[in-house]
Amino acid sequence: MRTLAPLVVGAGFIMALLFAIFASVFTPGFSLTPDPTAVSLFHKAPRHFEYSFEGPFGKYDHQQLQRGFQVYKEVCSNCHSLKLVTFADLKQIGYNEAEVKAIAKGWQIKQPTISNKDGSPTTRDNIPSDNFPLRYANDTEARSQNNGAVPPDLSLITKAREDGSNYVPSLVTGYTDFPAAQAAQFPDTRPDNNHYYNPYFSALNIAMPPPLKVDGLVSYKDGTVATREQMATDVGAFLTWAAEPKLEQRHHVGIASVIYLFIFAVLAYMSYRTIWGDKKH
Amino acid sequence: MSFPWAKHYEPKSDFMKWVDSRLPIPRFVYSAVGGGYPVPRNLNYFWNFGFMAGLALMIQIITGIVLAMHYDPSSAGAFLSVEHIMRDVNAGWFLRYAHANGASFFFIIIYLHIFRGLYYGSYKAPREVIWLIGVLIFLLMMATAFMGYALVWGQMSFWGARVITGFFSAIPFVGEPLRVWLLGGYAPDDATVNRFFALHYLLPFAILGVVILHIWALHIPGSSNPTGIEVKEEQDTVPFHPYYTAKDGFTVVLYLLIFAVVVFFLPNIMGDPDNYIAANPMSTPAHIAPEWYFCPFYAILRAFTFNFLWIDAKLWGVIAMFASIILLFFLPWMDASPVRSSGYRPLYKKFFWALVVDVIVLGVIGKLPPNQPFILIGQFAAIYYFAHFLIILPIVSRIEKPLPLPNSITEAVLAKHSSTSTLSGDLAAQPAE
Ligand code: HEC
Ligand code: HEM
Repeated sequence: MRTLAPLVVGAGFIMALLFAIFASVFTPGFSLTPDPTAVSLFHKAPRHFEYSFEGPFGKYDHQQLQRGFQVYKEVCSNCHSLKLVTFADLKQIGYNEAEVKAIAKGWQIKQPTISNKDGSPTTRDNIPSDNFPLRYANDTEARSQNNGAVPPDLSLITKAREDGSNYVPSLVTGYTDFPAAQAAQFPDTRPDNNHYYNPYFSALNIAMPPPLKVDGLVSYKDGTVATREQMATDVGAFLTWAAEPKLEQRHHVGIASVIYLFIFAVLAYMSYRTIWGDKKH
Repeated sequence: MSFPWAKHYEPKSDFMKWVDSRLPIPRFVYSAVGGGYPVPRNLNYFWNFGFMAGLALMIQIITGIVLAMHYDPSSAGAFLSVEHIMRDVNAGWFLRYAHANGASFFFIIIYLHIFRGLYYGSYKAPREVIWLIGVLIFLLMMATAFMGYALVWGQMSFWGARVITGFFSAIPFVGEPLRVWLLGGYAPDDATVNRFFALHYLLPFAILGVVILHIWALHIPGSSNPTGIEVKEEQDTVPFHPYYTAKDGFTVVLYLLIFAVVVFFLPNIMGDPDNYIAANPMSTPAHIAPEWYFCPFYAILRAFTFNFLWIDAKLWGVIAMFASIILLFFLPWMDASPVRSSGYRPLYKKFFWALVVDVIVLGVIGKLPPNQPFILIGQFAAIYYFAHFLIILPIVSRIEKPLPLPNSITEAVLAKHSSTSTLSGDLAAQPAE
């Protein structure tokens, strides 16, 4: 009995699986390769961008982050919030106290507060310790102004997408005409009036209008020529910093720890060999 | 407990004498992990994973306690408090990355520890209870990791919790009420985060308690070894300290080194990007997959797609998923071979490696979207999983003819080294130990 029990139980599970296999294999229309979809054929993986923060010794390029911030401020912030970042955080990318104060004070969207007199809702200028204010009061407002889609907060966007630091600039420069090949094969997937074709977007049709349509949308203070590619790379770097502000510390501590642990490991190995001596094992 | 030649603790100083005669902790430590615990001399590196698992558990408990000081267990606050830890808390990013990757590393170690047990037949008499407690630890770890992942309250946390608890509703009659009772509502919400947090804080200490039983049970027969034959005399063993403290010390540092590389340079490599999006009950992610360490079991769950014998496919999946772990409890009695180590079991060894490949395949399939041909591959892999434990193992262990075993551990060790040393020299050195 004890020897048979596992065989019976095993046979039960295996039968259930075999029936499942037969049922699916003999279903009309069964095929080992699923039918291709517009996404499976036309979606593109992000392009690669050269960044200074890549690799174990990578560091942010503060000039680039400031340029990226300028792109965010002048273009993306019209629709996207950055709610996990504070104005004071900008000091980490090289702005000084006075500049941060001025940026906060001059920020278009004001900080919600209540009136000192009667407690009614009102707004005030931003101060450095404030987080970047929300762009819209709620999702319904956001949708009503953006082709029915909510522009996501960008604080974590480079970590919230596969290969995000490359994805963001690929996306914002990736708009193309609806490809003829796709039109021929999947005519229903043509973007409607509220959508634009972008092969880097997971659904191919995106509600965001091309944000960096032409060169020179911003004029960089450091004199860098603001090509579309340049603006996209800079905003990609800035948003990577926004999502991972502790990257430099992390790399720093990481190098020290790895060197320390490596030496420690060699010593530990040597003491293990010494202690065992010629004891065969 | 232990062998007759085990040395006894002798306090060296008056102070230790004083302590030892009032509370014999020094004596206890000495015979548990000190010079008074004889261990087979021939353990290979696979015997180091238990010690490393202990370290991994301590890392989780310590980083976890500090994280809990800054965490907010509410559906509105959880995600933001995690980002607060990442951005504002001193070294918070380190604590969080260490805790998140620490869980993955813990599972890597435990899987190696379990497969060591399978290869070397460590679960056989007289070590069945060590093994049973081990499987219990594994179940507790899975529950802990599942609830911990939910605490981030990102998209994958939320939908993962929703999908996994949803399986309970497959149970006839009580399923749906049970699901609602577990979640504290119809969908994961405040009540869910709160209870998951309470349990996630509690369970690691339960694991710690059970680990103590695990090691207690281990100390009765002592460790097995790569030959699988019993210790016969003193020269088969070395004292745990300093021999194995030194060897475990080395692998612990190696573990920390690899761990540091991931925590500092690839901290999100094992995570799902969707979990950096705050939970949103209104928007289902395109593809819901559990963390890698659950994937083999998730693949088994999804392999059952047919209502067989009036049992719903979903219920089959749930039963099979639990059965795939529960069956490990019965392993010591399903394997009838008196020989422990696969080194002397040529037939079983082949099936063992097939199982290793099979579990890896299941793990990959569990991560992939449920499309053909992955569904079919997953179903065949699930068949092998059950066939291996419930059919092949019981039969093979009865018909297989094992290779001749060495007479003693020392003989096996010396045979291994015979090309580089003389037998008599080593033997002569022994009594002086
Ligand atoms: C006119 C408003 C508008 C502007 C300006 C704008 N966006 Fe968007 N963005 C949107 C909308 C709307 C969506 C949501 C699209 C959807 O879900 O179809 C979006 C989505 C995104 C996404 C997420 C795509 C995904 O994978 O879900 C990213 C990344 C993004 N925008 C980056 C940017 C960057 C960088 C800029 C500045 C260069 C920018 N956006 C400027 C409206 C805007
Ligand atoms: C928190 C998790 C765990 C810890 C801290 C732990 C710790 C240990 C330690 C320190 C040892 C002795 C050293 C070694 O053989 O590696 C050991 C042995 C053992 N463990 Fe675990 N363990 C854990 C989980 C498990 C699990 C999940 C299983 C199996 C399902 C298991 C099965 C065994 C067995 C069978 C032995 C005896 C091995 C032998 O002597 O050959 N353990 N464990």
